[in-house]
Parts: sequence; C-alpha cells; structure tokens
Amino acid sequence: MAWDRNQMAARAAQELEDGMYVNLGIGIPTLVSNYIPEGVHVTLQSENGMLGMGPFPYEGEEDPDLINAGKQTITELPHSAYFDSATSFAMIRGGKIAMAILGAMEVDEKGDLANWMIPGKLVKGMGGAMDLVAGVGRVVVVMDHTNKHGDSKVLKECTLPLTGKAVVDRIISNLGVLDVVEGGLRIVEVADGVTEEELRAATEATIVD
Amino acid sequence: MKKVYDNAAAALDGLLKDGMTIAAGGFGLGGIPELLIDAIHKAGTKDLTIASNNCGVDGFGLGVLLDSKQIRKMISSYVGENAEFMRQYLSGELELEFNPQGTLAERMRAGGAGIPGFYTKTGVGTVIADGKEVKNFDGQDYILERGLVTDLAIVKGWKADETGNTVFRKTARNFNVPAATCGQVCVVEVEEIVPAGSLDPDCIHLPGIYVHRIVQGQHEKRIEQRTVRKRESA
Repeated sequence: MAWDRNQMAARAAQELEDGMYVNLGIGIPTLVSNYIPEGVHVTLQSENGMLGMGPFPYEGEEDPDLINAGKQTITELPHSAYFDSATSFAMIRGGKIAMAILGAMEVDEKGDLANWMIPGKLVKGMGGAMDLVAGVGRVVVVMDHTNKHGDSKVLKECTLPLTGKAVVDRIISNLGVLDVVEGGLRIVEVADGVTEEELRAATEATIVD
Repeated sequence: MKKVYDNAAAALDGLLKDGMTIAAGGFGLGGIPELLIDAIHKAGTKDLTIASNNCGVDGFGLGVLLDSKQIRKMISSYVGENAEFMRQYLSGELELEFNPQGTLAERMRAGGAGIPGFYTKTGVGTVIADGKEVKNFDGQDYILERGLVTDLAIVKGWKADETGNTVFRKTARNFNVPAATCGQVCVVEVEEIVPAGSLDPDCIHLPGIYVHRIVQGQHEKRIEQRTVRKRESA
C-alpha cells in the first residue's frame, strides 16, 4: 500500500506555510489546494496573470475572461490581483514565489527535472515550467516513484530532455518523501504501508544516510 | 489622428504583407484577438511568423490560420491543444520555435522597451540553451535571449478610449500587453470604445502611445476547459 493521488496531494500540502505565495502545476499538484491545513493561508499564483486564485465557479457563473494556467474556468477572491504575462514571469523569475509544486516524468539525484518532452512523441511544449523551476524559491515535485513497467523514475541521471538542472528540492512520491542533498537523495519519510527497503529498491538514485 | 476603424478588415488595411511577423496576445483562448485573426484569414496573407503563447484550437483563434496554411512559423510555449498544428508540424509544413513562457513574454516586453537582449536563468542546462551565449553573473549561469520586435501586434482589450488607452479584464490581459508593445504597429480590438475621459487615468493597463488602430466588435470568447463545482445543497 502506497499513497494514492489524494494522499500525495495531502502530503504535499504539508509543505505549505502561512503567508506563502505558491504556484501549483497541472495534475496532482492542482489537488494540493484541497488539503491546505487549517490556519495556513496561502496565495495561489496562476502564471497566466493572477494572484489569489479561487475555486472553480458554480455552474452558470463561468467567465471566459477568468481562467487558470490549465485553461480551466476559476473564480477570484477578495485579495486577488491580475497582471500581464511579463509581470507574472518577472515575479516567478525574480524569486518572489516561495514554492512551486509540479509533476515530473523523471527526477535525478542532482535535482535535475524532466517533465516536458518525450523525444519521438507528441511535443506540446514546456509552457511556464522552465521559468518556474529556474525562478521560484523552492521546487517540490509530486510524482509516481516508478513507471507502469515498474522502472524507477527517481534516477541517477535523467534520460529525458531537462526542464531544469539542479532545481528540485524535495520529491513527494507514492512511496515517500526524499530531499535532494549533497551526494544524492536523503529519505525524509516513508509512505504509510511502505517499508524503507521497498522505497530504496524502487529508487535508482543514490540514497545517502 | 483618427485611430478608430469601422471593422477589423479596415483596421488592418495596408498593414498586411506576405512573410511578415506578428505578435498576438492571448493565453489559450483567453483574451485572443479573434476578430483580427478572422480578418487576416479573410485577407489571405501568407507565410506568417506568429509569436503567440499558444496557437488556438482546431477551427478557432489562430487555429483558423493554420487550417488555411497561412502560418509558416510559430514562436510559442505550448501548442498541445491543436491536432492540425501537430499534423503540419510533424509533416514539416510548419516551423516551430519553443520559447519558455516567461522568456517569450520577456522577449516581447524587452523588444518593446528597446532592449535587444537579456540574460535569464530560465532554460540553463536544457535544449533551450543550445547555441545561446552563457554568461556567469555572481556564480550563476544565465543565457542570452533576444528582444522581439514584430511588424505587427494584434491585441484584444476590454475597453479603449478613442486615443487608444486600453484596459483589460481579469486574466484576459495575459500576453496582450507585452505583445502590444513589441509591434511596430499595434491594432487593438475591444468590446467597447468609450469617450476619452471615461477611463480612470490611474488604471490604464496599456497607454494609448502603444496603440495605433482600434476596432470595436462582438466577441465569441469561447471557453476551452469549462470547469465548475457543485452548489452546496441548502
């Protein structure tokens, strides 16, 4: 028994601290907003030009002028602010966003991240991912530890084209939590019902104690 | 000088030529200059290089210029919503230059601000850095990216006065402001043209100096991913 998508999102939500400005990626990271701990107030940034992203609208209240970076209809909050894309990425590149929580295809022991392209397959583009990992204060990756064949996605060295080099700070997978440290990855936490041996066996990257 | 034109075709009259470069505002289908895109479609201008974060969807937005094969090259960060785009790209009919989203926005902003190049840490150590100058500042590597200046900018605003002062609505502002500034000529389509003096000068998002021509029209404003939540029952 490992963590499911919602449990991974709930664990990632524990990374949030009161007052933080945070950018959540598409997929499991989007679910993180459902698990923000009580008493913790964070402001969500949407890189298409909004701070203070609210929940999805009620049916009939969708506004085509109000979407998130996944092009989904959303709502505003009393403290929301809008700005243009150059300003949005100025705050990302300038290190004003405290944390980004993103998905990953591969991550390695040096903190390299690959999450935008599989050569020979459909190429959709990196969107804002390269800017986010280069610019934000802390990068937390939420991902499955292995692919559907059981091969590790937590590697000694990424094989896919990179989104960023030495950018990942923490990995939250279905098997546990690991930090990128000098010389490799350090186990922070093992998921419920998973043994440390299972976590180590599923990890190709060097684990330092 | 009169900036207001009767319709999108009139607003583009004399500005279009084959092989030109165009910066287009919009993110996904949010805040796209749909009327001007339609007018370019009808004008049949070919071999276009278009800098735009996305390329519309099949049959709407910039997708209509793909369907009619008027685009030679796209400069974009994300093109995943468009099957015809993929078909033309994979068959070699369409050229594609991926820019990270923030780099694309800053290239437009810089171009419009008279800055021919800038260093950014976005993309260092990735394929985006290939062939670009790398420079180390204070122990950190940065790559050189070029400011972008285009022949034309096409932009969608919410309201403009007749001098071109423009305001946008919510997240429909997005790339419209940087795109407007990087065009040597900028045409803005809005939902409403209002008399000068009716917009608060403290709240202008795009000052009229950047806006050469304005047209008012009806917008479809299609939603790409309609997402809603259930009402809590009483």
